[in-house]
Amino acid sequence: MSGMSLTLRAALSLPVDLSALEPRRIAQMDPRAVGALTLPQGNGTVRVDQLFDVQRRDSGATARLEIHGADGRLDGVGAGLEDGEIHVHGRAGDYLGRGMRGGIVEVHGDCGAFAGAAMRGGRLTVVGDAGDFLGGPLPGRRHGMRGGTVLIHGRAGDRAGEAMRRGLLVIRGDAGANCASRMIAGTVAVLGHVGPGSGHGMRRGTLLLRELPALPATFNGNGAHRLGFLTLLRAQLAAVDAELAAVLPAHARAERWVGDRSVDGRGEVLVWR
Amino acid sequence: MDIHGVELDDTFAEAFDMTATRLVITAHDANWARHAATSMTGFATSVIGCGVEAGIEGPVAAERAPDGRPALAVLLFAFDRDTLAKHIERRVGQCVLTAPTTAVFAGLEGEPVNLGRNLRFFGDGYQISKVIGDTRYWRVPVMDGEFLCQERTGAVRAVGGGNFLVLAASLEGALAACERAVAAIGELPNVITPFPGGVVRSGSKIGSKYSQVPASTNHLYCPTLRGLTETRLGPEIGAVLEIVINGLTHADITRAMRAGIEAACSADANVRRISAGNFGGELGKHHFHLREIMA
Repeated sequence: MSGMSLTLRAALSLPVDLSALEPRRIAQMDPRAVGALTLPQGNGTVRVDQLFDVQRRDSGATARLEIHGADGRLDGVGAGLEDGEIHVHGRAGDYLGRGMRGGIVEVHGDCGAFAGAAMRGGRLTVVGDAGDFLGGPLPGRRHGMRGGTVLIHGRAGDRAGEAMRRGLLVIRGDAGANCASRMIAGTVAVLGHVGPGSGHGMRRGTLLLRELPALPATFNGNGAHRLGFLTLLRAQLAAVDAELAAVLPAHARAERWVGDRSVDGRGEVLVWR
Repeated sequence: MDIHGVELDDTFAEAFDMTATRLVITAHDANWARHAATSMTGFATSVIGCGVEAGIEGPVAAERAPDGRPALAVLLFAFDRDTLAKHIERRVGQCVLTAPTTAVFAGLEGEPVNLGRNLRFFGDGYQISKVIGDTRYWRVPVMDGEFLCQERTGAVRAVGGGNFLVLAASLEGALAACERAVAAIGELPNVITPFPGGVVRSGSKIGSKYSQVPASTNHLYCPTLRGLTETRLGPEIGAVLEIVINGLTHADITRAMRAGIEAACSADANVRRISAGNFGGELGKHHFHLREIMA
């Protein structure tokens, strides 16, 4: 197996959709053949080599795609990814890892809106900040993330984890308004602050925080509990990011709030200090 | 052939294919883990009367326990996966779910068998599913907080019925030798001795003079039948006790038999012979020849 490196030649005037560039598909191709592939841009298409310098990179047994110089207009990076790795240096655009089912996407920078939207598996890491609708549903759809792991080192925008159904979403910084709103199941962990409306419409699932936000009036206090599953969750978080284990004390009691009682009401906000 | 002066019969133990799983029971402290494990492995000496054969395999280091608490591993054996599943559910439901502070996890990977999948309904709709990694757990609300259980465990092919007989001059000598053997076997992984204290006094043969009784006393080794029936006991034998061993593999049982026989034959002049129980080699596909094991 081999890898491919794409380096953006100049800033883009229009966003371009990179969802066709799957690492496994292009790993065995000749760089000139990769350059001849076409990508949707605006209402037309553009050849890869019109935008990028294409070079082969030895990546051992892993199918790997590197993108250098990303300027925030590269949309759909890693969309539908099933295996292999994509590493983005710079700012990724919207729909990063949209509907991905496996593999690894890493962004060494920020990303736009809808990152991890409708994701089903794999691991998505953003070293910088993420935009709105992180791990949420695609426009017009009912369900957000249904599996996989998302780690955001920085902040996330509004509606992170909205209508999420399964999986793990970790935000080391702050999250915007309506975090985990309409959540169906799964786990959202935010180490910073969350914005107003967080947990609103939560049916099930876990919103794990380090300080209690102003919750909707339809959440009820449930007391402080030492919950066995938190030990397992802590181990999972530590596997995602070793520093998280140091932040979250082992066998700690968590303050628990249950809701949203205006809907199914079996969700929980856990404050783990 | 002899072991420390104890004669080793030229015979073999006959054992059977079984299906097994390991469960890891954790609790607030080792005491409560043992209460639950002892209870759930009770009345599990023989599949003939109990459905499953079960026992405590040993402690699990807290750092290796899924939730980092004091833990015990138990092994359960049945003739088929459906029977195993039925008894897991029944025993965990009655003996682990009920025990304060406990949680239960799969201890083996293999063919999936329900663990908490149906027990979750005790939560009356308030149970919570939590998928961590690729594994689903159930959080069932109970009066001390939550009962945490993994949805499924794994079943593997295993071996049940490895055994050896300790023939001693006195009952006290046979007991002491068996206690040493059980302690030695208890140090080994992947095996259990499912009978009370690991020791059986009612060795059996297949069939009976009574048509409704499938198995009856093994008259060949009953000292009180000497002179009345065919016997394999010389005048120097006062009592015979048996140790039955179930293990995850043939090699695990071989290792356990070697350790048990070695321990039984050491430090006690009272033990006269070591033998083994079999059915002529026609029922079980696993044969453990004593002299090969101890060679």
